[in-house]
Amino acid sequence: MSLQTDADSPTATATPLPSTAPIGNEADAIVNDVVIQVATSNGTGSQSANLVLMRTIFEMGVPVSGKNMFPSNIQGLPTWFTIRVNKDGWSARRRDADVFVAMNPESAAEDIAGMRPGSILILNEELQKFQNRDDIHVFVVPFNKLVIPVCPDGRLRRLVVNMMYVGVVAYLLHLDVEELKGAIARQFSKKPKAAELNSNAALAGYQWAAENLPKQYKFVVKRMDKTKGKVIIDGNSAAALGLMYGGITVFAWYPITPSSSLGEALIDYMARYRHDPETGKATYAIVQAEDELAAMAMVVGAGWDGARAATSTSGPGISLMAELTGLAYFTEIPAVIVDVQRVGPSTGLPTRTNQGDMLKAYLLSHGDCKHPLLIPGNVKECYEFGIEALNLAERLQTPIFLMTDLDMGMNLWMTDPFEAPTKPLDRGKVLTAEDLNRLGEFARYRDVDGDGIGYRTLPGTKHPNAAFFTQGAGHDDRAKRSEKPEDWQGNLDRLTHKFNHARTIMPKPVLNADEGATLAIIGFGTSDPAIEEARHILRTQHGVKSSYLRLRSLPASAEVIQYLKDNDKVYLVEQNRDAQVASILRMENPELGNRIVSVLHYCGLPLDAQSIVEQLEVHLGKRKS
Amino acid sequence: MSATEAPKPAPAGAPSKAPATNRIGHTLQDYKGAASTLCAGCGHDSITSQIQRALFESGVNPYNVAKMSGIGCSSKTTAYFLSLSHGFNSVHGRAPAVATGSYLANRELLHICVSGDGDTASIGLGHFMHMMRRNVPMVYIIENNGVYGLTKGQFSATADKGSTHKKGFENEMMPIDACALAIEMGCDYVARSFSGDIKQLVPLLKGAMCHGGTSIVDVVSPCVTFNNHEGSTKSLKFARENEEPLQEIGFVPYYDEIKADYPEGTMKTIELTDGSKLTLKKLERDYDPSDKMRALDLLQKARDERLFLTGLLYHNPNSSKGIADQLNMVDVPLAHLPESVTVPSAAVLAEIMEEYK
Ligand SMILES: Cc1ncc(C[n+]2csc(CCOP(=O)(O)OP(=O)(O)O)c2C)c(N)n1
Ligand code: SF4
Ligand SMILES: [Mg+2]
Repeated sequence: MSLQTDADSPTATATPLPSTAPIGNEADAIVNDVVIQVATSNGTGSQSANLVLMRTIFEMGVPVSGKNMFPSNIQGLPTWFTIRVNKDGWSARRRDADVFVAMNPESAAEDIAGMRPGSILILNEELQKFQNRDDIHVFVVPFNKLVIPVCPDGRLRRLVVNMMYVGVVAYLLHLDVEELKGAIARQFSKKPKAAELNSNAALAGYQWAAENLPKQYKFVVKRMDKTKGKVIIDGNSAAALGLMYGGITVFAWYPITPSSSLGEALIDYMARYRHDPETGKATYAIVQAEDELAAMAMVVGAGWDGARAATSTSGPGISLMAELTGLAYFTEIPAVIVDVQRVGPSTGLPTRTNQGDMLKAYLLSHGDCKHPLLIPGNVKECYEFGIEALNLAERLQTPIFLMTDLDMGMNLWMTDPFEAPTKPLDRGKVLTAEDLNRLGEFARYRDVDGDGIGYRTLPGTKHPNAAFFTQGAGHDDRAKRSEKPEDWQGNLDRLTHKFNHARTIMPKPVLNADEGATLAIIGFGTSDPAIEEARHILRTQHGVKSSYLRLRSLPASAEVIQYLKDNDKVYLVEQNRDAQVASILRMENPELGNRIVSVLHYCGLPLDAQSIVEQLEVHLGKRKS
Repeated sequence: MSATEAPKPAPAGAPSKAPATNRIGHTLQDYKGAASTLCAGCGHDSITSQIQRALFESGVNPYNVAKMSGIGCSSKTTAYFLSLSHGFNSVHGRAPAVATGSYLANRELLHICVSGDGDTASIGLGHFMHMMRRNVPMVYIIENNGVYGLTKGQFSATADKGSTHKKGFENEMMPIDACALAIEMGCDYVARSFSGDIKQLVPLLKGAMCHGGTSIVDVVSPCVTFNNHEGSTKSLKFARENEEPLQEIGFVPYYDEIKADYPEGTMKTIELTDGSKLTLKKLERDYDPSDKMRALDLLQKARDERLFLTGLLYHNPNSSKGIADQLNMVDVPLAHLPESVTVPSAAVLAEIMEEYK
């Protein structure tokens, strides 16, 4: 049985579909469930056009999400922007588009060949030679001619032409013209001239389509009220906001895709909101380091002094940060590392997404090292865990990894607005000079409270007992150098105890279960929307009910272990080749290891529901592998 | 802000005998640390003693100091002075970056970073350069022995061309001159000294502590175990026989006046950031340490002719902006800022959310 989600069934016809007759009929229209994909070349400013299109649909009250698939290049290579419009709010990638806008000669032949039969192609007239399909609906538009009267300045035409396809798509999908105008005004709110030019271009495109193209009723966007109060934001901006609301004071970074926009967003927010109103001075320091070793070294140095310090990076940077992460682990210094994962190994695919750093981050550095990971499953959690990461780092006196990925970090997601924190920052266990007077004695690495976490003093504490010598070399509980076997082993055991304490205070998993579930799934991070959609497909098309535990942190808490105990078989969905999180769970729970069956996705594209469903179908005996 | 504190008036009836305490009431003992575990006679140990003396005599408050280091015999020495101060023995080569982070978090501390020639000029060269480029206020001491002491005597990048290894072969590569690099990078206080030259090293260290930006003090410090043989240009013997001080140096703290009297034209005075002064008495060469090109020229000549020139090599009287000012940071240490300052209000968040609606 086919599990195709689109209600549209492929209809191959022998003759080209005429482009003058109406397409589809109003009664059978698919309303508010359409994927629009636009192929342009990067560096042509198509991003603004795509954002306007998204914004128009969003303002019509229809849930929408946007994914930019771009090359690792600055100008001239193919780039695809995909907008998923879905009344039920499904936001994962869908494999194929319903409406395809072909503007790029480089990719046109392949793009057109890959289109689903029955789908709609909006084709730049100059690319007609690439069109040889007779099973799709083709609308040819002379974009390059239409743009001339609209944009007298020849140099700007390459940019403005993009806004013309927005007008054409708006006409074909029955978008609200007023919302379209509003979206353009908003997009160019700081440049009135550009606003006018772009508005004219979009409207000219719309007008031309109205006069020259047949009506299209297969896919229709109609006003609804599902976006009221929502915001659209990318995960990197969200995480940057989290760091700001977590009271970050030192941020050191080295640019790398896909994490750079996090650093840049933070620079912007801090410049706006973190300067002393009287003196205008910054209540923070942001440093673009010379490399990721330095970035991490600065974070460790700042954390040692009691600053709330963080860095952000991606795979290659994580590799470089290994030694210093081990230093912070063993000297027990708070640090936050945001890892916006991209495809490795090596340079890999810098502009594609996966979850391939999970195991590396968990065990980063030589020797017995283990680090808590926070794993946001949506942009709101990027914000919340940004705050939480800084709290946990100081509470646990250890590096905390915030694991997102390119799909989360750089793509646009609809969400409820973020809320300001209601609880005070957790500054962890720090002794002041007064505390030292009261206590009389201080041993940096002594487990006084039974949670494995010692008390620290900060440099500059004016007390004769305050100082201690921080070193990555073996030390006793007073931080004195020691090579005694019992000191070494005792210290490592206490660190394990601290790690186990982390299990109890990290964010708990979220369990969503159908009543009478017969299928158990674990997933995390950006797999979430695809998993929920896959469950919906299984439920509605297969009658299979499922439960789903969304992991939000590692090390795994008791709830995760219990879930493994409660289910003989658990499908663990992750976006990497080596089943990295499954390996972590197996390593720590060998007796439960054979209950885990991996569902993997690692082609570099965001996970889609279909990929999960197909793999589960094989396991359920409904499909041959 | 000055790293040192002005003297408090002596309590009435205090004995006027040679003081066992400095002007803030600390004894020399308070500036000592754990017992050294280095080889007997190691140059690094005498530098440690001079650091202790400089700190003690300047009346530096131990609670205001952060000791930073990388990895190596040299880097271990931060444990051997100032046990009243927090110390951070980090990882090989990264101390300049770790110290930069520490400074950003607490700009009130006097950061003293001790490194080796391997630590600074090989594995950590990039961080060293960028620390100076950023002008992070810090006393950065290189204990330069031309070898990797801790890994048993391999050549380091500061080994002179023609200097021999303990096994007899020669170094054929150009040495990296940390002082020349420092001047090149815009560092405003650059000095070279010798671990055995107490008279010179102590005032140079005191001066470095009063300088507002990065100060580099490259101290040739013989490794008596692996690089003290005939043919080594970093041996005790070579250093003793070849050291050519550029000046005779004195230090006058900001609260004192220059007392020494020298004939016209034989003494220069250098004013440091906190108002303290270095007095430079002219020796053989007529040397102006504020002349950058002259300094670079002389260092190149020293490298070619294998001269061991010591003293204040370069000082910029118009010191450059430090990193805290470049970043327009508040005066309060960032680490001490209260939550009321570091967490924007709910209203601000609502305003930001409005932009994403
Ligand atoms: C990443 C790394 N690589 C190698 C080493 C081994 N190692 C320790 S100290 C050292 C060289 C130290 O030389 P230097 O900085 O000149 O200090 P010295 O011992 O001569 O004072 C090396 C290579 C290390 N600790 N870390
Ligand atoms: S090996 Fe050399 S540098 Fe290291 S302690 Fe011994 S003498 Fe000093
Ligand atoms: Mg050395």
